Amino acid sequence: MKLLRDTYLIFWHQMRALLRNPVWIIVGVFQPVMYLLLFAPLLKPALGVRTNAEAYEIFVPGLLVLLAIFGGLFQGFGLIAELRAGVIERSRVTPVSRLALLLGRSLRDTVSLLAQAVIITLLALVFDLRVFLGNLLLAYLMLALISLMTSAVSYGVALAVKTEDVLAPMMNTVAQPVLLLSGILLPLTFAPGWLQGIADWNPFSWAVDGVRALFRGDLGAPAVWQGLVIMAVLAVLAVVWAARLFARSVR
Amino acid sequence: MLRTSAPTTGSDMIETRGLRKTFITRQGREKKTVEAVRGVDLTVDEGEIFGFLGPNGAGKTTTLRMLATLIEPDGGDAVIAGADLRRDPGEVRRRIGYVAQGGSTQDESIAREELVLQARLYGASKAEAVARTARTLEAFQLSEFADRKCKTYSGGQRRRVDIALGIIHQPRVVFLDEPTTGLDPQSRAHMWDEIRRLRADGMTVFITTHYLEEADALCDRVSIMDHGDLVASGTPAALKREISGDVVRIGAPSPARAAEALGSADFVRKLETQEDGIRLYVDDAATAIPQVLRSLDAAGVELTKVELHRPSLDDVFLIKTGRSLRES
Repeated sequence: MKLLRDTYLIFWHQMRALLRNPVWIIVGVFQPVMYLLLFAPLLKPALGVRTNAEAYEIFVPGLLVLLAIFGGLFQGFGLIAELRAGVIERSRVTPVSRLALLLGRSLRDTVSLLAQAVIITLLALVFDLRVFLGNLLLAYLMLALISLMTSAVSYGVALAVKTEDVLAPMMNTVAQPVLLLSGILLPLTFAPGWLQGIADWNPFSWAVDGVRALFRGDLGAPAVWQGLVIMAVLAVLAVVWAARLFARSVR
Repeated sequence: MLRTSAPTTGSDMIETRGLRKTFITRQGREKKTVEAVRGVDLTVDEGEIFGFLGPNGAGKTTTLRMLATLIEPDGGDAVIAGADLRRDPGEVRRRIGYVAQGGSTQDESIAREELVLQARLYGASKAEAVARTARTLEAFQLSEFADRKCKTYSGGQRRRVDIALGIIHQPRVVFLDEPTTGLDPQSRAHMWDEIRRLRADGMTVFITTHYLEEADALCDRVSIMDHGDLVASGTPAALKREISGDVVRIGAPSPARAAEALGSADFVRKLETQEDGIRLYVDDAATAIPQVLRSLDAAGVELTKVELHRPSLDDVFLIKTGRSLRES
């Protein structure tokens, strides 16, 4: 099928370019590793939990979702560089599937996010975090959906605004409240009622709850399937929207 | 490839009828409509190098981008390599190649990888794409650095990569937007050879340029565009012949007075005043020059030199639009 073939071609081409400079994966994971090493040790007393393992069960899922959101939202910068270099225009005169131009890139972002997630998880294991493999894989699926969505949104916005000067403040403006309203750093169980009420409207808050449940070993928690469904629906919407922008003629 | 469904018109590779494009630009709250292309009819024959000549902003690139399926025309029709642009842009894409003005590679790109991907996006199998890439690199004398990053290439080499990317799938017609802009004279001459080689390989080449010498030296036929309209079409030789006459340039410290002295002379077909003299279009310089000298002498106009030259494409442009292409 043409879409699959084209997506595969774009994905591998992008992947090869990324692997030529694998340092970007390390740079991307540097900040969350710092949180893990320098911020997480404060959590046991702060959260009032008995062990470090318990604190990490709460903190690491938030950190991973944070990584997926931010990693995805800033992929648009790479696309703007490609737009400027004429790479996108060169693709658009070929018969390549427009959806593949987007999907190939977003899948590359998702794979690099998962590589980073594995690094974080392995480090957390050193700090006594324990999680079932099956649950972990489901959590990674959630992260993959988040990354697919946020990178598609970022590509769509990049195609629409075409300049870093607009993209950077836009992505920061979106990311900041999303971050604070999702209980990523601290669970929203501490939040006053009104704040929880707003957070319920933040889809990422559901995703964080789902990943936390999985790390807790609570596979049957409604937050798990609710989070997955919400993220899947949003990822599809974001991909469709951004692919349409790829297809539309740009001057 | 099946070509039965689309209309074919003999040996015409490109045929457009009334192709139009209007842009709406916003300046603050005010909307302005710009008629970038106002109904272009042109015909490009199979196997020729066709030059699209005109000053910046004439609508050349907009026309080219419409033909390359990058922007949708507001009106008119076009058949390219037998495929209908309005009804089947996908089929047009399969049959054409397009090389943009601003380049098409990133600094970190590897030429060979880009070429293989490009060939595969047109449907080539992996083995075929690899083989075709090797052949194309060889033909463009790029094999040596094909595995290095594009940022290490010279301007001319990088431009050749762009062209190679545009023709890797062996299109029937290739569009080159200002292919030699920004190149040094040696690279430009090299590029002309490459473009002639494309024609020799059986491709129809459609280039835009604002270099007169380029159109004159390289193109089999040219169309001259100004303000969104075609003002002239034909072979460079025929266009120049159309002026049918000679150009006499007279250096004079006061061009206005010289123009006054000759303005009403019946042997002057057209007169243009320049900064340091005047330009006269006459039927026959041999008989005109003595009359010019007499008239200027009688009027007491001082002159510094008299030059005679054959008309250039710039003179064609000047006759058709009243402006010099070099100035606009």
